[in-house]
Amino acid sequence: MEAERETTLSSEATTENKTLLGADELIINMGPQHPSTHGVLRVKLKLDGERVIGSECIIGYLHRGVEKIGENRTYQQFAPYVDRMDYVAAVSNGLGYCEAIEKLLVVEAPPRARVIRTILTELQRIASHLLWLGTHALDIGALTPLFYCMREREEILKIFEKYCGARLTTHAFRIGGLQYEAYDTLEKDVERFCKDFESRVAEYETLLTQNRIWIGRTKGVGILTAEDAIAFGVTGPVLRASGVKWDLRKAAPYAAYDQYKFEIPVGTTGDTYDRYLVRMEEMRQSRLICLQAIENIPAGPILAKVGKVLKPPPGEVYHAIEAPKGELGYYVVSDGTVQPYRVRIRPPSFINLQAFDRMVRGHLVADVVAIIGTIDIVLGEVDR
Amino acid sequence: MADEPREPKPPQPPPGEKPAGSPSPTATPPAKPADASAPAAPAAKPAPPAAPPKPPVVLQTPLNNELVARLRAKFEAGIVEAMEDRKQAIVTVERARLGEIALHLRDEEKFDMLSDLTAVDWPKREKRFDVVLNLYSFPKNERLRVKAWAADGEEVPSLTGVWPVANWLEREAFDMFGIVFAGHPGLTRILLPEEWQGHPLRKDYDILQQDTAWVRENLGIESGQ
Repeated sequence: MEAERETTLSSEATTENKTLLGADELIINMGPQHPSTHGVLRVKLKLDGERVIGSECIIGYLHRGVEKIGENRTYQQFAPYVDRMDYVAAVSNGLGYCEAIEKLLVVEAPPRARVIRTILTELQRIASHLLWLGTHALDIGALTPLFYCMREREEILKIFEKYCGARLTTHAFRIGGLQYEAYDTLEKDVERFCKDFESRVAEYETLLTQNRIWIGRTKGVGILTAEDAIAFGVTGPVLRASGVKWDLRKAAPYAAYDQYKFEIPVGTTGDTYDRYLVRMEEMRQSRLICLQAIENIPAGPILAKVGKVLKPPPGEVYHAIEAPKGELGYYVVSDGTVQPYRVRIRPPSFINLQAFDRMVRGHLVADVVAIIGTIDIVLGEVDR
Repeated sequence: MADEPREPKPPQPPPGEKPAGSPSPTATPPAKPADASAPAAPAAKPAPPAAPPKPPVVLQTPLNNELVARLRAKFEAGIVEAMEDRKQAIVTVERARLGEIALHLRDEEKFDMLSDLTAVDWPKREKRFDVVLNLYSFPKNERLRVKAWAADGEEVPSLTGVWPVANWLEREAFDMFGIVFAGHPGLTRILLPEEWQGHPLRKDYDILQQDTAWVRENLGIESGQ
């Protein structure tokens, strides 16, 4: 069986290297219990000396059958489950799901709910990027940023906690709008966070952007060209770092994004350093969106009249949002009953991870860790 | 066409009675009948026997835009059906010609990204599986959904040569539904263990069902529940 598995190690594998490795070649196994694989990712690396000549990701260790569960729950019951996919960006998952079901029902959340959703989702994007930055830097050997990143992320989680009582798997939104009215000092808390945050991002940059070790470990590492990125379906910051200016918040605005001004940062070479710069700039842009949004939160209801029992008319819908990791899509099929007939989740981490093999070839083993970090995967979402 | 991002979202219909679940399948609140059928109108094709008599909003309408006309001209019987559901374009194609149609959509119609590939199981239908492709075009900012029907055991042409992203997505569809993609470079399970028996997202696979033999052998417990 082992010999057979090796044929899938590289897509170039042909019959002659089916059974035998070259004299200098070696297969090593990373994970699934490895601190730098960010969860239970197992990577098989085919090495020539210390250079990677092929790789295979083995996933599924965290598979919980989320899509099957969705078919056996009502529309509302399934909402908390989606928070457990990308568990460092639960709010974004919830937003995508709620909006998909709203599209299926042909209802729309009231303006007030949409603005509050936007604020929380952008805070979540910052929190997700902060966690990425901290752990990615830690993988590469910079210990300090992690503590700073956790400090700021904590402020965001406190806002979530004040808003809905939960910090991580928040279930913050409901189909049709929001369950909870914004608490009294939400605007003030967000404003205070945003005010501090500007100097904090600058602080992270002083630690890394011009740091020779950081540049040495990230520049030119894991290059993904724009053509490859599109061919592999890669989305989110990874795609933008390859120079494709595409963001679903602009291309297909949802929630209240059409009301705010923000830029889409893009990279040029598509290497790990570019992806770092893109995400840093995205945090700044998210901060700007939050500041614009709190200025004018419209009054009014927070929940559309959707009733207690949801029976969407038969049909299907695909709705995608720009989650922190890329395009998070929900393809939901209704047969007119209270349970979805099929819920398909298009997970950005799963699809971005597929380009890993393309990015890692020709690099050293130590770079593998940097490349896993730079894709920003969450295994809960890869495996679902 | 597909989800048209920039246009304002449709005005919210008075949402009162919807979820209360009136038995009629297309029943949504009345009040905007013109809305759904409007986009289909401009095409030159003979008007299909659509839904004028129905007062409620029609969510599914036949689609007759230029893209569909071009596809029909090129592939004729290869295009089985074209419709719109909630303003999202869906084209059903013949399974055997999926490969060439996909290539055409990528190169000529500029649907350069395959966002998603999945399947839906309809066990009562003769061809039980819908293989569903969600395509996106960067130049046009449009989405298109392509479907192909496949009976159990029928092979679907693999799209790995058209969009490399299809590799893992087809492996997942194989894993979850048992759909075989002809020409895939390594069609193995991806999320479940290799030796697992059964395909969990099929409708006849109960939510509590599991491969007990596998669980007993590999986990050393009687049940994973």
